[in-house]
Amino acid sequence: MPVEPAPPLREGGQRIRQWSKRESYEGIAFVLPALIVLGIFLIYPAYFTIRLAFYEGDFRFNFFHYIGIDNFKELLTNDPDFLDLSKFPPGGALINNLRWVIFYIGLSLTIGLALAVLAVRVRYERAVKTAIFVPMAIAATAVGVIWLFVYSPDPDIGILNAVLHGADGGFKPIAWLGRPSFVNYALIFAYVWASVGFVMVVLTAAIKGIPADVMEAARVDGAGEWAIFRRIMLPMLSLPLSVVTIWLFINVIKVFDIIYVMTGGGPGTSSRVIAFTMYEETFHNGRPGYGAAVAVIMLVLIAPVMILNVRRFRSERVVA
Amino acid sequence: MSTVDQAVPLTARTRSERLIGFLTRTPIHIALITIAVIWLVPTVGLAITSFRQPQDIATSGWWHAFTQWDWTLHNYGSVIHATGMGHAWVNSLIITVPATILPLTLGALAAFGFAWVPFPFRDTLFLIIIALMIVPIQTSLVPLLKLFAEHGGLNKGYWGIWLAHTAFGLPLAVFLLRNFFITLPKDLIEAARMDGASNMSIFRRVVVPLSVPALASFGIFQFLWVWNDLLMALIFVSDPDKQPMTVRIPYLLSTYGQEYNLLAAAAFLLMAVPLVVFFALQRYFVTGLLAGSVKS
Repeated sequence: MPVEPAPPLREGGQRIRQWSKRESYEGIAFVLPALIVLGIFLIYPAYFTIRLAFYEGDFRFNFFHYIGIDNFKELLTNDPDFLDLSKFPPGGALINNLRWVIFYIGLSLTIGLALAVLAVRVRYERAVKTAIFVPMAIAATAVGVIWLFVYSPDPDIGILNAVLHGADGGFKPIAWLGRPSFVNYALIFAYVWASVGFVMVVLTAAIKGIPADVMEAARVDGAGEWAIFRRIMLPMLSLPLSVVTIWLFINVIKVFDIIYVMTGGGPGTSSRVIAFTMYEETFHNGRPGYGAAVAVIMLVLIAPVMILNVRRFRSERVVA
Repeated sequence: MSTVDQAVPLTARTRSERLIGFLTRTPIHIALITIAVIWLVPTVGLAITSFRQPQDIATSGWWHAFTQWDWTLHNYGSVIHATGMGHAWVNSLIITVPATILPLTLGALAAFGFAWVPFPFRDTLFLIIIALMIVPIQTSLVPLLKLFAEHGGLNKGYWGIWLAHTAFGLPLAVFLLRNFFITLPKDLIEAARMDGASNMSIFRRVVVPLSVPALASFGIFQFLWVWNDLLMALIFVSDPDKQPMTVRIPYLLSTYGQEYNLLAAAAFLLMAVPLVVFFALQRYFVTGLLAGSVKS
């Protein structure tokens, strides 16, 4: 453990950084404006929403009528738009969001990792990184418009249908966003497109941090590239991979903009997700209590990450 | 390069070895370049569509634009004036600038307190702020809208959205800036204290000038976050004349859904600002984004 230089002493042998009353009030003065804003606009609203979830709300967002856990019961057992286990494959916003978790996180990690591993080996790494990263800067609204064009069933607009038609002359253009069986995957891929750059940038930085002599030693011992990747790189990348996965997970639970722009939850209700249901029930169907219950479900899904962040920060400080 | 080759002749390779090296790397080049091109195509397609004549768009794909050279700026003129997108672009800016400066200022002050001025319960409060970093916006929409509507109609102007974005940007600002401030040399702060400088003047004269990279990283992250936000603007800016581009473009979609030239131009106008920020300030942008990865 590094020894900290002793704090300078005053004549009387008193430490300079003594805990004076004046100092303690001053510290509070610095953080108070931020705390007030957080209290009024973040903490109080969260409390309000959690309480509202146990009420039937009205259009003025008042606590109209206490109904206990009925909102949650209705959501999980009696609302096929939110959770429908009666058919196969199961449907509803919750199941759609599960599809997002699996395919959005899986694809983003796979493509991002593959690009990172390959890109560090070429001289034009920066150019590739920029090309992949640019969509990251763009608003989800713009991403939505861009992919509405790509997926368009009009073969003079949609390049996806044009390419498929070019490969197979008998191919009939598909309305990718118009079919319940395709729409979720089409949306997921558009969002993967926008997120892979982040995964790639984090992982290329991490790969460069792996000591070269470790890999060199393995190569000298005759390990193949695949073995080096599996046994050395992947284990050494576990921390950045977990950070990226958490980031992707939070994204997936909150995903809203791109769906609002591209499909509005449709066709029918087949591309709704949790965040979209919250918006729809609260602001269109006039059921703020029901919408609040959906928001609480989001909070519960994200809570483990909150706890993880706080724990990680505390343990880091113990180490440092 | 050549000096290295001369200095280490042992590593110089024969022509056939180089050829083998090149051939084994060819799949890597092909894979990388293919993916990079696939990633660029959607954006390039939108950009090209925005510069084409409406009748060309209707009759041939944008990939024919290179052979039918008939580009125009007309779409931008129509979308800015006829559909009010110019106005919405200005609204986006009016929303974004204060919603960046407010959390930056409050966040920097609080971060300084957390880093350098001890006070009771400091660590507990900081842990609470870390936990607040990923609270979903959805838990605030209804109560904030109610609050804004019942207290002076803050959702009719810009104050509602400014305050909401400030609250949602603050935890990240405090977290990032406090972690940066705490790495500043302790001796420097102590020396200023010995000279009788007040905490406020230490903050202004020592901490802020030394922390420009961190302040810039958060500022850029927040600027893009607010500029790109749809959901909060949808709820907290109720006056159509004050709505930003992210909200107006979906309206454009529902009213001009088949006028691809207008849609493409509008989307490109929305993208232009983040792209300029991205290419001009790439370094800060990436650090800010990496640091902001704890948010979303």
